[in-house]
Amino acid sequence: MTGKEYRMACAARGGLLFMRGVPGVALGGRVQVRDHRNHKRNGQVIRTSNDLILVQVFEGTENLGLDTTWVRFLDAPFEITLSPDLLGRVFSGIGQPRDHRPPLIAALKRNVNGAPMNPVARAYPREFIQTGISTIDCLNSLVRGQKLPLFSGSGLPHNRLAAQIVRQARLLGEAEGNFAVVFGAMGISHDDARFFQESFETSGVLRNVVMFINLADDPPIERLILPRTALTVAEYLAFDLNRHVLVVLSDMTHYAEALREVATAKGDVPARKGYPGYLYSDLAEIYERAGRIKERSGSITLIPVVSMPSDDITHPIPDLTGYITEGQIVLSRELHNRSLYPPINIPPSLSRLMKDGIGAAHTREDHPRIASQLYASYAHALEVRMLASIIGAEDLSESDRQYLNFADDFEQRFVNQAEDEDRSIIDTLTLAWDILSQLPPETLSRLTEADLARYHHWTPVAMEEL
Amino acid sequence: MGEILEINGPIVTVHLPGVLNGAQVSIGALDLIGEVIGLDGERAVVQVYESTESLRPGEKVEPLGHPLVAELGPGLLGQIFDGVQRPLASIFERSGAYLVRGLNLSPLDRQKTWTFAPAPDHKPGQRLEGGEVLGTVQETPSFVHRILVPPDLGGELLELAPAGDYTVDQVIARIRDRTGSPSELRLYHRWPVRTPRPYRRREAVGIPLITGQRILDTFFPLLKGGKAAIPGPFGAGKTMVQQQIARWSDADIVIYVGCGERGNELVDILETFPTLTDPYSGRPLMERTLLVANTSNMPVVAREASIYVGVTMGEYFRDQGYDVVVVADSTSRWAEALREVAGRLGQMPVEEGHPAYLASRLAAFYERAGCVETLAGKHGSVTLIGAVSPPGGDFSEPVTSHTKDIVQTFWALSKSLADMRHYPAVDWTASFSAYVGAAAPWWAVHADPNWAERRTKALELLTEADELAHVVNLVGPEALSPEQRWVLESAGLIREGVLQQSALDPVDSFCSPQKQFVLLDLILEIHRRGTRLLTLGVPVQQLLNIPLLGHAKRLKTGYGNDQIEALRQFATEIQNTFERFLQDYAQPPPASSAVTDGEQKP
Ligand SMILES: Nc1ncnc2c1ncn2[C@@H]1O[C@H](COP(=O)(O)OP(=O)(O)OP(=O)(O)O)[C@@H](O)[C@H]1O
Ligand SMILES: [Mg+2]
Repeated sequence: MTGKEYRMACAARGGLLFMRGVPGVALGGRVQVRDHRNHKRNGQVIRTSNDLILVQVFEGTENLGLDTTWVRFLDAPFEITLSPDLLGRVFSGIGQPRDHRPPLIAALKRNVNGAPMNPVARAYPREFIQTGISTIDCLNSLVRGQKLPLFSGSGLPHNRLAAQIVRQARLLGEAEGNFAVVFGAMGISHDDARFFQESFETSGVLRNVVMFINLADDPPIERLILPRTALTVAEYLAFDLNRHVLVVLSDMTHYAEALREVATAKGDVPARKGYPGYLYSDLAEIYERAGRIKERSGSITLIPVVSMPSDDITHPIPDLTGYITEGQIVLSRELHNRSLYPPINIPPSLSRLMKDGIGAAHTREDHPRIASQLYASYAHALEVRMLASIIGAEDLSESDRQYLNFADDFEQRFVNQAEDEDRSIIDTLTLAWDILSQLPPETLSRLTEADLARYHHWTPVAMEEL
Repeated sequence: MGEILEINGPIVTVHLPGVLNGAQVSIGALDLIGEVIGLDGERAVVQVYESTESLRPGEKVEPLGHPLVAELGPGLLGQIFDGVQRPLASIFERSGAYLVRGLNLSPLDRQKTWTFAPAPDHKPGQRLEGGEVLGTVQETPSFVHRILVPPDLGGELLELAPAGDYTVDQVIARIRDRTGSPSELRLYHRWPVRTPRPYRRREAVGIPLITGQRILDTFFPLLKGGKAAIPGPFGAGKTMVQQQIARWSDADIVIYVGCGERGNELVDILETFPTLTDPYSGRPLMERTLLVANTSNMPVVAREASIYVGVTMGEYFRDQGYDVVVVADSTSRWAEALREVAGRLGQMPVEEGHPAYLASRLAAFYERAGCVETLAGKHGSVTLIGAVSPPGGDFSEPVTSHTKDIVQTFWALSKSLADMRHYPAVDWTASFSAYVGAAAPWWAVHADPNWAERRTKALELLTEADELAHVVNLVGPEALSPEQRWVLESAGLIREGVLQQSALDPVDSFCSPQKQFVLLDLILEIHRRGTRLLTLGVPVQQLLNIPLLGHAKRLKTGYGNDQIEALRQFATEIQNTFERFLQDYAQPPPASSAVTDGEQKP
């Protein structure tokens, strides 16, 4: 069957090609489509019976004539060739070179869909990664093997933040690690792609980076396979070559939009905002590939960028992502407009794996409590700020005014930092105490009396100066 | 023998005349297992528990002759199964880190032997009914596994094996059933997971399930045999609450069903539970725990089955006379699996793509909770606790709203509390429990006769404070009377000193019912005495500044569950503090130094 080309297309729309009367074709098989100009396209069988076959065409179905389209069923799943030579290369979503260099040749090939990891095989992620960014390290700590997305919006500096994390991330007490970066770009602009490339170049990591690029003007259907290809490579680097792999996928919203396009063409029942009901499971197949495996030294840490349509965190894409990932870093337009960088919106941000990656064994003993206290105090300070905007700051009580100052200071000195500023976790914690010391110790109930005695340097004099 | 006609994701249409609805079939060269969910002439629609990639039309299909069943017998405890009860630990040993398809291992270990002790008074010739106890196996040092006659069998006992070591496959008894045909009984039997196991009768629920979490036990109690739901947006703490329940609740057996959630959450349990001690038996916690794990990246059809597999195992332990808790995280993922299959079958969607039978399926599932008199005349219960993950955190969506109509205890988690890191983020206005009256007698005996009154008082204060907070947000705190400001402060004390409870704090993670009551009582005592001082003219600002308030917020972490008496002594400190005020203000103040509220001399 692999040798034979069929000209049996009966419909083409929305990236889908419908074929009649090719018996015995396997689900998931790879397909080669030849159009009237003899150009080759790549496809995959997504539904099959002896009467009708559905092929998803990654380059799209634009300009396909039914009578002039020839299809070859390759009788093999979608695979990518794996070898250490992947590092330093740039590919398309289906793994074809995009850097004018020859395709990779190696014996090892793997199905890009992967297989689900047996939960028993997982090792729980506990190793603290220092990103040098205070709001992440202190309040939403990242650990090796975590999946922690950046929730952003158009025009917000998520790419700069992702690039800063890639540049600065390292394990405490570990010298130049055995690391690699896999970067998957889906539907991003040429400028953004170039920005990442240059950032990798200037920080000298380029030879440890593998890039998969599908730009805004590339065919959208290819975005459906790109993260799978990228993560297959990441699994190889992490679990065959024992590397610590940081995977950045930008932007998952473009991925989900491509999924909706195909789902609509297939006639799938929509759940919310036209997205198919299986969007959760589909995203989970991607995100759950992050992690660590027992008795293997590598790891996959995943940082997907998700831009929230209309800055709406309840939109299905960020919403379902949040239900799968182990926390989220949320960017705020308001902080960005006030020229704060990184504009991380503290209250809705969360790292679920931080509880096991911080404290005496990893960072410092007081870390969990100071993080909790900063959250609580800042939440209260934001309420006070709201109140001040209604009744005026002059009418605030003395204690409320302390909170108002605390909020400003916290944002200006703690949240705000330069794009090349790499703060150690100890510096970050010192800064946190410095800022918290503006508040009277009685109000800091998340800290122990021992913490306060040791680190809090509250002077009631300061209150009179207010 | 039949053949595959069409493959559409996990749904495969086959030509297989004569097969029954609900039957299991083996599909294709890989021997994937599936379940018939619809018939149309000679065609059957099969949902397949594993990925159907690489299947082709024309491949063979074989009926297996039985519905989806669970194996029930010694060796379940401490294990982790997938959604159709495949043993994940053995699969890991056999095939490594990634799941391979078509590997169908038996749930129970066939090699392992168990020491069986026959029930002493059973004699050949006597009648044994379904569900009666044949004998026992000491499964763990603290757990006696009662070997039951399968519920659908019963008859004359022909032979019962003597005490000794047996594998689960060995015959331990023979019975002649009503039709006269003999049956062989083993240490285990099978039961179809979609059929509730029978019992003699339902009993009224009345004993609280103690979870050690104050906001749950004291404010929105759940009873053994009851049904509860935990809805909340992502990151609000559903999983943490369920893990806390799995850790601390006073059940005999806990079954944790990870239904379409994260792999790491199950690893967390697998790594920590063996090192934790069951507070009631003193044994490793894992010995009373059983996991069903069909994570979000595992096949969606097996996810749909997982909650039935979990609850069937729960009923099995109930039938042995135990109190079982089944937690399911998350029922929304189960509903989505249902929706996905319905969508592929072209069934008419009614609400947000969900099929019309969503509500009835949900209700039927929760109906499997309950307190029963078992077929053997013992008392047992299954408590069901389901997490709900509403899209966009919107509680009016179908799964949340239907669940709300079904359950008696509703622990609503709030995003704004979680954003403040107020955990557990259970919202005291949106949550409810229909079991408060039923739980009160137990609390009156085991904690204090004033339990119900204190609970009501605390909720009143919290509600009043929420209303006052609205006022403050409109016009500022100066608009409040001194009494109102004191209510705000007292509610803050309840929030921080009682409701907030970190699962990660070694002292406070579990709070005994007695400590729960004393903490609440002390804080209400502060409120009561403060209110009295206000009527005597003490400026509220002075009350707000007393260091005692800061101490009260830390009592929960300062005193362990074994220091209740010392904790009670704090009442003396409260008394002394407020008496000092009283002495200062008991005499009428000299006219010259009238102090007004809110102002204070430096
Ligand atoms: N009782 C608690 N004590 C301390 N921390 C808590 C508590 N409850 C929740 N948290 C914190 O909140 C985080 C999120 O909680 P959890 O994972 O239970 O959320 P969830 O509601 O299950 O979210 P999802 O729907 O995405 O699974 C935890 O990782 C932990 O940091
Ligand atoms: Mg959860």
